[in-house]
Amino acid sequence: MSKKITNTKTDKELIIEILLRLADDRLIHGHRLSEWTGHGPELEEDLALANVALDMIGHAAALYRYAAVIEGNPDEDYYAYFRDDIDFKNVAMVELPKGDFAYTITRQFLFSVYSYFLYEKLIETVENEQFNGMLQKHFKEIKYHLRHSREWVLRLGDGTKESHERIQNAFDEIWMYTGELFSMDETEHTAIEKNLFVDVSELKAPWLEFVKETLEEATLSLPDDDQYMFTGSRQGRHTEHLGHLLAQMQFLRRSYPDADWK
Amino acid sequence: MDTKEKSDVFQKRIDNGEKIEPKDWMPERYRKQLIRMMSQHAHSEIVGMLPEGNWITRAPSLKRKMVLLAKVQDEAGHGLYLYSATETLGVKRKDLVEDYLYGKAKYSSIFNYPTLTYADICVIGWLVDGAAIVNQTMLAKSSYGPYARANLRICKEESFHKKQGYEMLAKMAGGTPEQQKMAQDAVNRWWWPTLMMFGPPDEESPNSAELITWAVKTKTNDELRQSFVDRTVMEARKIGVTLPDPDLKYNEETGHWEYGEIPWDEFWRVIKGDGPMNRERLKARRKAYEEGAWVREAAMEYARKKKYREGKAS
Repeated sequence: MSKKITNTKTDKELIIEILLRLADDRLIHGHRLSEWTGHGPELEEDLALANVALDMIGHAAALYRYAAVIEGNPDEDYYAYFRDDIDFKNVAMVELPKGDFAYTITRQFLFSVYSYFLYEKLIETVENEQFNGMLQKHFKEIKYHLRHSREWVLRLGDGTKESHERIQNAFDEIWMYTGELFSMDETEHTAIEKNLFVDVSELKAPWLEFVKETLEEATLSLPDDDQYMFTGSRQGRHTEHLGHLLAQMQFLRRSYPDADWK
Repeated sequence: MDTKEKSDVFQKRIDNGEKIEPKDWMPERYRKQLIRMMSQHAHSEIVGMLPEGNWITRAPSLKRKMVLLAKVQDEAGHGLYLYSATETLGVKRKDLVEDYLYGKAKYSSIFNYPTLTYADICVIGWLVDGAAIVNQTMLAKSSYGPYARANLRICKEESFHKKQGYEMLAKMAGGTPEQQKMAQDAVNRWWWPTLMMFGPPDEESPNSAELITWAVKTKTNDELRQSFVDRTVMEARKIGVTLPDPDLKYNEETGHWEYGEIPWDEFWRVIKGDGPMNRERLKARRKAYEEGAWVREAAMEYARKKKYREGKAS
């Protein structure tokens, strides 16, 4: 078979790679959501979006911390502040600029459905107790993120003509970034053998079913799934947006790396 | 009972330390003053999210990012329950909000200053929240029940914010030369505006006497300011930052720290709209409000449709 796996990663490298993929998704998404703080469409949403952002950054910090222990790095900040964009492993979807509220909600929804199915499967699979404990803890909050974003998809889809158009456009625009959520690479194939990861390509069907059902209820159309899909972010091939996000996020810490900032 | 008799009974209740609740009779002027004060307090929480929110995406560690995000989120929460408490006086949140965005209502002038470095975030926690705590601890004893309770809740969270800001500032003040410079510079910029947060001197405070008679406030602006200065001088010394007032000195007889002349011209100017950030703050809040209009409309329309469908189904 052409799918001959030539993995050279040690077990340690493998678990770090998996932890960083999960963490980077959450840090970058959380960062984008945090940009809404103080600028939300209503006070209740300022609270809710900040809450989701806080959860996601918290999940990332916990995953980084565990990676730091395994790898012998000083702390979680090493991964957030001292890597460049080609080292980040998040999917491109989460680094896209926040857009309008419909765009933010659509992204949060698509990502939360993915996270829901991913974590559900990971919890069944991962044997490493510490890792699994974290997943279980975060899963509870992911359910809330999913509920929050799903309710807004319904409100905006089945709200006014304007909100319907805005969120339909958001789904159409973001769809090309959903492909890589379900693409597998060598690292992931090997991680599956070690019970550290799951076959994400198998998550596509339940994900699509859930999204389809929500879109129907929201009177929205499912975008064409047979279209060009962006790929490569897990290998560090990002959009141009990530570099700007990191420049902002990292500047102070990198300007004075020897100072105590904790 | 005529109004005069009702007023007497009302004042007697206040003097006995009773709490006034939303359904109780109250003089129209008491209601008006409370709406003014409480909504101003709520607007301040909301506008206050902007200067601090300015550093969320640039906070220098994940821990500090989360601390700041949680703090700004708390402020949204304070705004929310202060608006709810104000609504018990028969007004609508939407009207109150539009009154500061497009009308004459005010918010605390302290938020019309920019946050230039990360040390500003620490100093806001220490000084601005510290001053707010002095004020709100008094307001937690306010005669109006819903306002007193809201302040009690706010104080607990503010104390936590102050502690976090003070601790990080201590770290910076004892840190690298660059951190020390940022810390001292931030203290220099925020000290005088913080003292102005307590309002004009007693002899120029138009509302104080009335508010004290009604026990909405129990202390005057100058009394509160003094109590803040007394505690802050010691805190500054402890972490090695200098308060930018050469006239600051301890008075053995009174047991208080005397401070120099507060730049009141600046205070009045910023209140009238000419501070470094007044226009930008309002612009940012108006933008959020106007760009959020379609979202709020959609939510209302969806709720209406849902109710209609449920009605039809049953």
